[in-house]
Amino acid sequence: MDWEYFFELFLGGLTRGSIYALIALGYTMVYGIIELINFAHGEIYMIGAFTALIVANVLTMMGMNEIAILILASIAAIVYASAYGFTIEKIAYKPLRHAPRLSPLISAIGMSIFLQNYVLLAQTSDFLPFPSLIPEVAFLDPIAHIISSAEVIIILTTAIVMVLLTLLIKFTRMGKAMRATAQDRSMAMLVGINVNRVISTTFVIGSSLAAIGGVLIASHIGMINFYIGFIAGIKAFTAAVLGGIGSIPGAVLGGMVLGWTESFATGYVSSDYEDVFAFALLVIILIFRPAGILGRSTTQKV
Amino acid sequence: MSKAGEVKESVIITLWFVFLTFPIMVIRVNPIEDVVEWRWNNLILVAVGSFFGSFIWRYLMQKKEAGRKKAETDEADKIPLTQRLLRDRRFCIPALIVIALVIGIFPFVFSAYQVNIMSSALIFVVLGLGLNIVVGLAGLLDLGYVAFYAVGAYTYALLNHHFGLGFWTVLPLGAVMGAVFGILLGFPVLRLRGDYLAIVTLGFGEIIRLVLENWNDFSFGPSGIANIPRPGFFGIDFSYEQAITYIYYLMIAMALFTIFVVNRLQNSRIGRAWIALREDEIACQAMGIDKTKTKLTAFALGATWAGMVGVIFAAKTGFINPASFTFLESAIILSIVVLGGMGSIIGVIIGAFILILLPEYLRAFSDYRMLLFGAIMVIMMVFRPQGIISGVRRTYEFKGGTEEEKEKSKLMKIETPAAEGEDAP
Repeated sequence: MDWEYFFELFLGGLTRGSIYALIALGYTMVYGIIELINFAHGEIYMIGAFTALIVANVLTMMGMNEIAILILASIAAIVYASAYGFTIEKIAYKPLRHAPRLSPLISAIGMSIFLQNYVLLAQTSDFLPFPSLIPEVAFLDPIAHIISSAEVIIILTTAIVMVLLTLLIKFTRMGKAMRATAQDRSMAMLVGINVNRVISTTFVIGSSLAAIGGVLIASHIGMINFYIGFIAGIKAFTAAVLGGIGSIPGAVLGGMVLGWTESFATGYVSSDYEDVFAFALLVIILIFRPAGILGRSTTQKV
Repeated sequence: MSKAGEVKESVIITLWFVFLTFPIMVIRVNPIEDVVEWRWNNLILVAVGSFFGSFIWRYLMQKKEAGRKKAETDEADKIPLTQRLLRDRRFCIPALIVIALVIGIFPFVFSAYQVNIMSSALIFVVLGLGLNIVVGLAGLLDLGYVAFYAVGAYTYALLNHHFGLGFWTVLPLGAVMGAVFGILLGFPVLRLRGDYLAIVTLGFGEIIRLVLENWNDFSFGPSGIANIPRPGFFGIDFSYEQAITYIYYLMIAMALFTIFVVNRLQNSRIGRAWIALREDEIACQAMGIDKTKTKLTAFALGATWAGMVGVIFAAKTGFINPASFTFLESAIILSIVVLGGMGSIIGVIIGAFILILLPEYLRAFSDYRMLLFGAIMVIMMVFRPQGIISGVRRTYEFKGGTEEEKEKSKLMKIETPAAEGEDAP
């Protein structure tokens, strides 16, 4: 067995998995609180990447230095993605909070199609080259043929974000309110939690994570177009379901498992069917363990 | 809210949307030539649009609120105008005659091009009605419906290519293949909850498309299959225009057949089981309905129709490739059902004609087609979840009885909508 090839695939899977995990966190948090699959989440990730691209290009032409561009573009991406997430919730989901389950889901699909075509019409349908914002780190040079500094930064960022998110949910007031809302919305309302604000905050946090993922993956792969959010969204959802939807460590674990599955399957089996492996994994997981790896199955109360 | 308050709120909303759409709408970068294009006129468009849009949104919201309050307090549930028209024989029979005449003489009045468009619209009518069984009646959100359509189309194309089978032989085979695939997919996934089902069907749809695209030996890959023969008619050779007319009438027959079947199904034992399942799964199981079997029939029947129409589609265009079966097609069919009204046959037909014919005739508008489809899905769900024409629920009314009983039933009526919330149409 060729260990170097194996290791390369392993790290490739880890990088992919980290991105899936970042997007999956947004899915899982929203699902945990309002039990809705936010189909438009992938589009938020795409809009984050587009905003970063636009800001980075404008700043480059103004002749700013690279680090400043990276920071400003990331901030712009996060701010705009959160703003979109917030607005989408207000327009498409909030009026439907007491509607039958199918309605918000259809509304979410509509939102996703709308945002895709909004970017397509306002920008372009071509693939745009994305500037490599992540700087090369010198001390990684000796192992650069195995792992690039961009990959290291992606993996590190995911780890840091996950730790911060866990701290936020475990130890802050807002985190406590989120857990309470997830458990029982009307009870949370009764003890004086502003449920609307909690839901908005969840969307904002989830969207900013998606934006971080968007900037990282776009500068790693180097190309974006309006359609990247769709596939990334489904895959991140797969990751969230894989780990057990509603569970934060589950989303990260699911992202990793999905990343490795894709990486090894494309490396050892066939690269034509990259997406098929992800969808097949999703179907298999849902059939045999619908609650996911870390999820608990719940009995429905009448 | 006071008028001044409303204006102030709208101004804030406008500013928010201007901020929100600024990078995407105003700036366009061309990274290859290093040019930045500033489109300030878009900024004005967004500002004006969101300012007036916010007023319309607020007005509709208030109307919806008022409507709900009225439904909770009013005793008499007023039948909407459309329903009254549909029930009125004096209106219905002449309308049907006129429609039948228009349909009958359509190919002789209009050009082949128009007839062709009409056939496409009819294909979507049938697809919409098929998906309506799954989504509208049984309440299962199927986002991979186009996969079964692809199965039907490829069944005809491949069987014809390899074995030279004709259209009429393959038509039932396509239906069977659709049903088989529906059962194959449905059996494992139908015990999942609604939203998981949506994602799995979406994944399945993509798998089918990706396999068709990549498995070159089997499906000829992205280049597709060409030279698929048109349907025959007792060995008569048609000219191009005659063939189009023939397919048009075929589609009419197909649509009538579908309407007939769906209509009969709706009021059958199984149709009622579907509707009951859509409303409340647990109560349904308690009443002794086999959940899996009922869902599976809905899924398989929906897939059967998609398979059949797929065969006709392949015969109509004479060329198919995987690009005709993307998720967007599924989304179009879904928006037809959503716009028309889930569970309503006439609604779905009208929805299909609006969504397919409008972009076809208003060419300038066709770029914005998908944008509008997305917006329609959101707006319909928020303001009119029952669609243009809502499905009628068969209701029974107790007439007569003593004054006391009438008083009681009045009380009951006030209680029910409040308990059901927005569920009630």
